[in-house]
Amino acid sequence: MNIKKTLGMGAYILFLLLPIYWLLIMSFKSNQEILGGLSFWPEHFTLANYITIFSDASWYMGYVNSIYYVSLNMVITLAVALPAAYAFSRFRFIGDKHLFFWLLTNRMAPPAVFLLPFFQLYSSVGLFDTHIAVALAHCLFNVPLAVWILEGFMSGVPREIDETAYIDGYSFPRFFARIFIPLIRSGIGVTAFFCFMFSWVELLLARTLTSVDAKPIAAVMTRTVSASGIDWGVLAAAGVLTILPGVLVIWFVRNHVAKGFALGRV
Amino acid sequence: MIKPYTNKAWYLVLPVFALVAFSAIIPLMTVVNYSIQDIFDANTRYFVGTEWYREILNDTRLHDSLVRQFIFSGSVLLIEIPLGILVALMMPARGPGSVVCLLVLALPLLVPLNVVGTIWQIFGRADIGLFGWALNSLGINYNYAANPMDAWFTVLLMDVWHWTSLVALLCYSGLRAIPDAYYQAARIDRASNWAVFRFIQLPKLKNVLLIGVLLRFMDSFMIYTEPFVLTGGGPGNSTTFLSQTLTKMAVGQFDIGPAGAFSIIYFLIILLVSWLFYTAMTHNDGK
Repeated sequence: MNIKKTLGMGAYILFLLLPIYWLLIMSFKSNQEILGGLSFWPEHFTLANYITIFSDASWYMGYVNSIYYVSLNMVITLAVALPAAYAFSRFRFIGDKHLFFWLLTNRMAPPAVFLLPFFQLYSSVGLFDTHIAVALAHCLFNVPLAVWILEGFMSGVPREIDETAYIDGYSFPRFFARIFIPLIRSGIGVTAFFCFMFSWVELLLARTLTSVDAKPIAAVMTRTVSASGIDWGVLAAAGVLTILPGVLVIWFVRNHVAKGFALGRV
Repeated sequence: MIKPYTNKAWYLVLPVFALVAFSAIIPLMTVVNYSIQDIFDANTRYFVGTEWYREILNDTRLHDSLVRQFIFSGSVLLIEIPLGILVALMMPARGPGSVVCLLVLALPLLVPLNVVGTIWQIFGRADIGLFGWALNSLGINYNYAANPMDAWFTVLLMDVWHWTSLVALLCYSGLRAIPDAYYQAARIDRASNWAVFRFIQLPKLKNVLLIGVLLRFMDSFMIYTEPFVLTGGGPGNSTTFLSQTLTKMAVGQFDIGPAGAFSIIYFLIILLVSWLFYTAMTHNDGK
């Protein structure tokens, strides 16, 4: 039974990693070698594709822009979702159920629907082509999800802890920052992971709301397609570089995420 | 545990409310505005009532992409939910192995949508991609750019590659929440593996599966970038789903009246189906 499980898991991991491996080795090949034939290892190992990207500001600024608005989005989302999730997990109030459901419906709104209105809204308030515009737009789907996940984690903390803290003379803000947030660290880790994920991978809104100054890397990548064909090597290198920040994020939050998932409260 | 009733809690919810109101209610009202008027420029607009809605409901473009969309989302759920549960059951429960599995599973989730398209665009090509090359050398004539069936297969496989991990991670987390005592009781009763799954694990997974089904349904129903990068919605219109039809209409042709009506209908369909899923999966909770 255990061997079967291990084999099954191994096959699935192979299925997940093979396409990424293919992209990775392709990024170290020249275009002639890519189009010349199939090989599992670059024969003439080259960093030329990466040099193309790192020597051109219009290329690497794409990465900076993406990381900037994703971090901004994570901060905004957590800042508004933490108190709200606390309220939903601890109190009843007028319209709580309706509000919660209404928040979730925003997660169901297709970005394509909001494309044109967002464009007009942010243009009219002078936020078009800024990082904050993309970060705010991504809150549309991240905030409801964050509230939902955090509410689950917070409901797992017994309310006696709140009451004991108040009896000990803690004020609400101090209790929240000093006692409560450390208790749900793992939950915040998981939430941040999901926020990063959904904001980092989104392209449609990020591309529409920006033109030059805040242009995300996903939009810059379309430059590799030109009249003379597709520049496969640079495309693959750019793709690999978009996966790297994700890998770093998983690496840094791995303990929290593993613990958060293992707590079984997502 | 009964929660205390206090309306002061609204202060805590207020920031979320203000933020979401700004980024959801205003744009949604703008869309409604588009959908009932014929707008020429900033000063010339006519109220047309339900004309755009009638036009859109009789539009064959909408019908075709709606049918394609339902087939796609249905297949995605049928494949990814069982596969995700299976993967979660196969994962080691603890130790360094489980951390490695979690990290690898999370990897596809963090690949930007357009790069997912790029990866499979490369991977599936017969001349430079391992997958396309392998299929063709096995004697299967596979070309996603020319053959609609192959394009469908690739888009589905791509989605399974990308998103099954999400279901697996959720289920893994759900499985870890089952106390050991349940398994011990099952062992005493000599329950079969299937009985353990059917009567202990599956019921405990219900909540996370609800999240998984809803998330996968919503996201697959809004799919845009991946097929767009892979084939541009082609060959022909065979992988053009609702979002792409809508974007073409709104940004490409700038038919904002019909596009507004389309958006409202689109949104309502997602709401309705999500509500159906939610009700169907929670109706016997006794709440």
